[in-house]
Amino acid sequence: MQDYLVIILPLVWAVVIAFGIFVYVLLDGFDLGLGLLFLAAPSHAARDTMMRSVAPVWDGNETWLVLGGAALFAAFPLAYAVILPALYLPLVLMLIGLILRGVAFEFRFKADTSRFLWDWAFAGGSLLATAMQGLALGAFIQGFAVVDRHYAGGAFDWLTPFSILTAFALIAGYLLLACGWLIMKTEGELLDWAYGQAERALVTVAGFILVVSLWTPLQNPAVAARWFDWPNILMFSPVPIVTAAVVVALYRALRLRRVYLPFALTAALFVLAYTGIAVSFFPYIIPPDITIWHAASPPETQSFLLIGLVPILPIILGYTVWNYYVFRGRVREGDGYH
Amino acid sequence: MEALDPVLLSRIQFGFTISFHILFPAFTIGLAAWLAVLELLWWLRDRAIYGEISRLWTKVFAVSFGMGVVSGIVLSYEFGTNWSVLSERAGNILGPLLSYEVLTAFFLEAGFIGVMLWGRDRVPRPVHVLSACIVALGTLISAFWILSANSWMQTPQGYVLQDGVFHPIDWTAIVFNPSFPYRFMHMVAAAFLTTAFVVGGIGAWYLLSGRRADHGRIMVGMAVSIIVWLAPLQIVLGDMHGLNVRDHQPAKLAAMEGHWETQRGAPLILVAWPDMAREINHFELAIPRIGSLILTHSWDGEITGLKAFAPQDRPYAPIVFWSFRLMVGVGMLMILVAALSAWLFLRKRLFDSRWFLRLLVLCSPLGFVAVIAGWVTAEVGRQPWVVYGLVRTSDAVSPVPGGSVAASLILFVLVYGVIFGAGLYYIAKVIRQGSAGSLPEPEPMAPRRPMAAADYGD
Repeated sequence: MQDYLVIILPLVWAVVIAFGIFVYVLLDGFDLGLGLLFLAAPSHAARDTMMRSVAPVWDGNETWLVLGGAALFAAFPLAYAVILPALYLPLVLMLIGLILRGVAFEFRFKADTSRFLWDWAFAGGSLLATAMQGLALGAFIQGFAVVDRHYAGGAFDWLTPFSILTAFALIAGYLLLACGWLIMKTEGELLDWAYGQAERALVTVAGFILVVSLWTPLQNPAVAARWFDWPNILMFSPVPIVTAAVVVALYRALRLRRVYLPFALTAALFVLAYTGIAVSFFPYIIPPDITIWHAASPPETQSFLLIGLVPILPIILGYTVWNYYVFRGRVREGDGYH
Repeated sequence: MEALDPVLLSRIQFGFTISFHILFPAFTIGLAAWLAVLELLWWLRDRAIYGEISRLWTKVFAVSFGMGVVSGIVLSYEFGTNWSVLSERAGNILGPLLSYEVLTAFFLEAGFIGVMLWGRDRVPRPVHVLSACIVALGTLISAFWILSANSWMQTPQGYVLQDGVFHPIDWTAIVFNPSFPYRFMHMVAAAFLTTAFVVGGIGAWYLLSGRRADHGRIMVGMAVSIIVWLAPLQIVLGDMHGLNVRDHQPAKLAAMEGHWETQRGAPLILVAWPDMAREINHFELAIPRIGSLILTHSWDGEITGLKAFAPQDRPYAPIVFWSFRLMVGVGMLMILVAALSAWLFLRKRLFDSRWFLRLLVLCSPLGFVAVIAGWVTAEVGRQPWVVYGLVRTSDAVSPVPGGSVAASLILFVLVYGVIFGAGLYYIAKVIRQGSAGSLPEPEPMAPRRPMAAADYGD
């Protein structure tokens, strides 16, 4: 029984954490993306509307990031203890960005003359947080130097041409998500503007997906082998084909001014890109050498948390959906719903 | 870069970020509960004034809660960024406790605070009241898990050590470790007192300024009715917690009391400056035997002194000694306020004794002072251990260069300084507007009128 648990529990937890991080990327992705669009918004009133559209939900969105961190700490303490010091500076900067944009939600609506300051804090904080998450993603793909269960690299190993590329890619991705959100939640001038921005963001995102997908296997022979060796190539070849199809469908959906499809198809693009990363690195949780089984906490820890997670997670998903349902519908300019 | 010691810098950074953070939960735990009570009263008794007060303080809550959330996320990452060796060795135990906090508290708060702040007109009345109650419950559940994790590091049990890594064997023993019940009760009581003193102080200011006196009376009345029994109870809880420290962390207790020698019938040292190098107290002022009486509840009980521990195993006594006295001093001041308010209440002079109302205004930040002083006592007092008696703080630090930590520390100080100043400013603004006759009407001429939780245009 114990042997069986040692194999299966880390797998379960890898899936749970991957799911948690994905939900985070999707949910905080669109509200960070709103921050990226914020200063370019067509009017002051549009900014108010943008902010009001996420004010009741942003806290819940960000909680998934905390879950990702805490669950990694519990289920794979070695990964937590290696990856976080390796990404020290980008993570601190991400936290600073999240602080600035988080307080802007409350401060901005209370400020009169200093409102522009919190506009900048919201936009700047969102950009900083997104860029740092993108850099962290690039650093993860490139792997971490580990000696004797500790991070053994330098303070700036995360800063490479590749990680800068993934930072821009994530910025573009969050922009696209935010456009999809605005298309569902706004009307009038802002809605037209969001459709226009979405098209530009989509072209950029498609370009980045292509470049990152080619660069990753080129710099990493193990990833290349995972994708291109026989019979894997047969199994995985649909992934790029489906991705291309989704890009085309998304472009059409924007042209036809569909309401929910742009966000749904953007989410699908994120699922595909995310799956691509998972396929490339499974079962390594600290690339290039440490697997989920190597980094796992003992079954006593993983099962203790899983027993609580199984009943609680559906309840969380339930009231999260309810929260979005309460604040459903388009946000009208100047309509304060409190 | 050798001059930048990552251990010291990481300790300063963690101390700074957690002290900043604790100000907000210390305030919002009590405030959430009070808002839930106001919403319930408003709903059940149908008196508009409860709703008006609730709306005003919901704005204050929104700002404080937001600052608590963003400063809290930092802490959940600092375990890994700054204390990775601790994380690797104790993650099997601390990880699930923190994860349960996220699952049972953070999501609950986040899931219902949107409705509480923004959903008044979007859900039926009982659902809105229930949301306020759920947020209040969430803050208490959060305190439960995080204090359990902190307490386990102070009084670890329920584990086995394998190759320096903690493995759990008994989760009940881990969660309900020896210092946890006392720390939890003491902290929750502190949080409620903190809120009561802020609310009482603001209410007193409303009464003194004579503007929303009707609001002021309810605030002062409700605050005082908490203070009057909770301030004395807190002394009892603190005493119980102190006895627990005596049993489980005797070196911390010796530093708190300023005792160097192990002795029977130990004095109560009122004032002193402990000298770590020479192992004596300077400027000592003491009352014979009272120390033993308080700590062992007997005249000649034995108290362990600092010299019973190797020099490298002693906490830095001057900080522990004085932060403890600051906390107790504030506690005594709270008792005085409690006694005065009971006396004035019985003489039916509570709301018109201007000197007492002025005293309440002056006392509004007392809770924060006591909370910070108490945590400094607890955390400096447990040094040099991060897991008491088992893992040294100096061994727990991440392999991160001192320069990185120095840079992050400077950033945190700058950013926290700005947002703390701004947060205080906006809270003061909300409270000033609340006292200005009636709640602010939406200005018909100003389409840019902000619409946030903090700006219920009534």
